[in-house]
Amino acid sequence: MNRLPPQVDADALVKEALKRLKQPARRLFLRNSLTLGGLSLLTGCSISDGKSAETALQKISLMNDRVQAWLFDPQRLAPTYPESMITRPFPFNAYYGEDKAPRVDAHAFRLEVSGLVADKHAWTLPELHALPQSDQITRHVCVEGWSAIGRWGGVPFSAFLRRVGADLSAKYVGFKCADDYYTSIDMPTALHPQTLLTLSYDGQILPIRYGFPLKLRMPTKLGYKNPKHVQAIFVCNTYPGGYWEDRGYNWFGGS
Amino acid sequence: MLPQSMTAQETIHPLWLRLTHWLNALAAGILATSGWRIYDASPLFGFRFPAGITLGGWLGGALQWHFAAMWLLAGNGLIYLLLNASSGRLLRKFFPLSARALYADLRAALHGRLTHADPRSYNSVQRTAYLFVMLDTTLLVLSGLVLWKSVQFPLLRELLGGYEAARRMHFFAMAGLACFLVVHLAMVALLPRTLAAMIRGR
Repeated sequence: MNRLPPQVDADALVKEALKRLKQPARRLFLRNSLTLGGLSLLTGCSISDGKSAETALQKISLMNDRVQAWLFDPQRLAPTYPESMITRPFPFNAYYGEDKAPRVDAHAFRLEVSGLVADKHAWTLPELHALPQSDQITRHVCVEGWSAIGRWGGVPFSAFLRRVGADLSAKYVGFKCADDYYTSIDMPTALHPQTLLTLSYDGQILPIRYGFPLKLRMPTKLGYKNPKHVQAIFVCNTYPGGYWEDRGYNWFGGS
Repeated sequence: MLPQSMTAQETIHPLWLRLTHWLNALAAGILATSGWRIYDASPLFGFRFPAGITLGGWLGGALQWHFAAMWLLAGNGLIYLLLNASSGRLLRKFFPLSARALYADLRAALHGRLTHADPRSYNSVQRTAYLFVMLDTTLLVLSGLVLWKSVQFPLLRELLGGYEAARRMHFFAMAGLACFLVVHLAMVALLPRTLAAMIRGR
């Protein structure tokens, strides 16, 4: 508060703040925080106060990750619904428009598996389809607030992780996608009975708009934690982050 | 000392009440303005809140504010309710309350005849308004819990009628709180000494 003269104009303040902050995600966060609403709470304070508000919020978000991990019951199931309640059409959602959804060649596709796993062979789609499948009609909850009920089918992820000999005591499972999306989840959620390596939607081969050829479906997590067009899966103990998580979304993102 | 001056020095609002009041005001302000930004990401009804009155700048920033201030609202609110109930203040200040007395006071208020002569005791309209805020805020917290953790709190989720019902409830409870605030601030503007009492205690 005492490092700056009392009357600083907002533009100069923002400019100065942007100069000092190097990380793009931080810059995005701060720049966007400085709307009128944000300013009403942040003005009068120096740049370092704006930055410390941001740091404090990040810390609380990390604390919320721990609270959610503690609240998470590995056996508690998300509610399931009758077929009549499926939302039609199920909404498309991504960080790009529907026409930009990646087109993955089914024949050339190989699911890479790496990190703390015994079997690192890359999986073809027929190999994945040959594994025991299950089906669920659950509610997808978006971080924006809306929700929709859909029907997904595929390989229970816990069975897949056991099949590839994953270290089930590892902290994270990370995902890399054909649309340059990436995310990561905690091992307890990865092993949840409703976490599904999804190959189909509503009885059909997973369409492009819902993540062809492969998505991870978790009714216990918000939409942005459910990666589509998954190409690579890795098991690790170092925090892998995620596309939205690196921009400020909460990492655990549980529901 | 004269009896009158003793009365003037008497504490109307104890320190714990003033502290929890202002912390609650801060938490509610952050939660409402960041909540509007979250609402704007996917409007439930046919309107958006003007970006200028929202907090957080974008959905991710608003969520961070919202999920930080929720702890302040819940923790502070719990302390307020516990102290209010255990000190006997809740019973003393807000009860008895009857529909008949409320109707009479409401009529008097609308005719401009309701007095606030004694700031230590609340009339029926005030009692109702403050009890409403306590219940409304409780509903905000509970519906918020369902939105945040609909899978982990199945009983609460089913009690509130599911995720989508909780989402609407959260919105309308916010609207109720906003309506209260408009009246609350108008009354404070009419009777500035109530503001002084909430700051200094008397």
